[in-house]
Amino acid sequence: MTERSAEDWRPTAGLDGLRRRAEILATIRAFFAERGVLEVDTPLLAASTVTDVHLESVACQLPLAGRPTTFYLQTSPEFAMKRLLAAGSGAIYQLAKAVRSDERGRHHNPEFTMLEWYRPGYDHRQLMAEVDDLAQAVLGTPSAERLSYGDAFLRHAEVDPHRADVAELRRAARRTSFDVDAFGDETDRDFWLHVLGSQLVEPHLGVGRPTLLFDYPASQAALARIRPGRGGSPAVAERFELYIDGVELANGFHELLDAEEQRRRFENDLRERRERKLPEGPVDERLLAALWHGLPPCAGVALGVDRLVMLAAGADAIDEVIAFPIERA
Amino acid sequence: MASYSTNQFRSGLKLMIDNDPCSIIENEFVKPGKGQAFNRVKLRNLLNGRVIEKTYKSGESVEGADVMETPMQYLYSDGEKWHFMVPDNYEQYEADEAAMGDAKKWLKEEDRVDVTLWNNIPISVTPPNFVHLKVKQTDPGLKGDTSSGGSKPATLETDAVVRVPLFIGEGEVLKIDTRTGEYVSRSKA
Repeated sequence: MTERSAEDWRPTAGLDGLRRRAEILATIRAFFAERGVLEVDTPLLAASTVTDVHLESVACQLPLAGRPTTFYLQTSPEFAMKRLLAAGSGAIYQLAKAVRSDERGRHHNPEFTMLEWYRPGYDHRQLMAEVDDLAQAVLGTPSAERLSYGDAFLRHAEVDPHRADVAELRRAARRTSFDVDAFGDETDRDFWLHVLGSQLVEPHLGVGRPTLLFDYPASQAALARIRPGRGGSPAVAERFELYIDGVELANGFHELLDAEEQRRRFENDLRERRERKLPEGPVDERLLAALWHGLPPCAGVALGVDRLVMLAAGADAIDEVIAFPIERA
Repeated sequence: MASYSTNQFRSGLKLMIDNDPCSIIENEFVKPGKGQAFNRVKLRNLLNGRVIEKTYKSGESVEGADVMETPMQYLYSDGEKWHFMVPDNYEQYEADEAAMGDAKKWLKEEDRVDVTLWNNIPISVTPPNFVHLKVKQTDPGLKGDTSSGGSKPATLETDAVVRVPLFIGEGEVLKIDTRTGEYVSRSKA
């Protein structure tokens, strides 16, 4: 993004942006201190990493007891924090650095700051209320609108995301700038939902006031619980996201507790990684062991702090609120 | 021609889109935290100037366009074609009216220009940002017209017509901004 030059020692963020960042970090810490949520600090380097097909972690080698050992820079502190929860930590939060390879753009830097927190005893709806409180505390936004994923797609993409088949989703995608004829041989429903979501739905979310989008398709559960369908309503993942001004700011789950189900999802991901010829890391056995031991029922959410600062500062690009983006790192 | 993966996309990169050469104006990386990454790209069609938007799955490859911008010297026009030469090797090229676009209003023989070649054929010509052209015809400014910002049309030696201040007379040489087609100042002698 930025050319290498004699000036590239300078920060891309102005001092105002950096001051705003410091104020927001202080507000976040005060918010959780007041609510009795414990700040924790978990490793950036871990022996295993996420299996998620759409997340690439960065691997590195360092000696452990004299032997070169592969570690992964964490794409989020989720697994380590769940191990703390299983060990009885109670409500916890963390302001962590996270690293995701190959993500760079107006809203992305490969290394970024993430706020992640967990609330034992909460479901996703209770945590959505707390996310709303935090947005109000930091940004002074009006209270958030609650909108189900299904209603959002019906409204903006004119399809039922839980029931439409690939052909129907593909047809709806003709209204987007995605080249359906040239590149549209995908048979994965979720691929088409992502096309429609990013092109037709997201730009309308969080306009005027924040939007909390909830009840995702079960196929996009990631680490959320799935609520079985009943009485004609489809099975959904108890997952939510926060949008402000069309920007995705946070992603939360009513957390999956079942270790066996978790192992199955990891293995499904790894199978898909194999098919797509993506790197496969080891499954996090320590997380699975913690789930076997017992994770208290809880909800958790991760929020992009850089984007929060962008919104607070009225910035157009993440570079305006981080001191040194990857090209100047 | 080579293909380019979305992670090589940057503004100025030339791609073949629906059989036409296009240039990337803006490349936006779009990625949900949990989900497929996309590149949303704004491109200018280099043949007709239209701006289009395309979205690609990140990692997808798109065929590059064999488009090169080459500095050349304008030689002359025979009325149908405009002739240019590469000063380094004396290679000559001819551009048709469509490729010339607005550039034909501003060029004098020997002017340096940038010619965009697609498969070695000129598809557009970019004149210098500023040109100096003599006024061929303009009406005298009305005496006593003191309204600031008053202007009148003037025909230049290339037959281009620009708005100029009332005090400009025939035979004067003017500095023109070719990007806006506007008068800037009198040229310094």
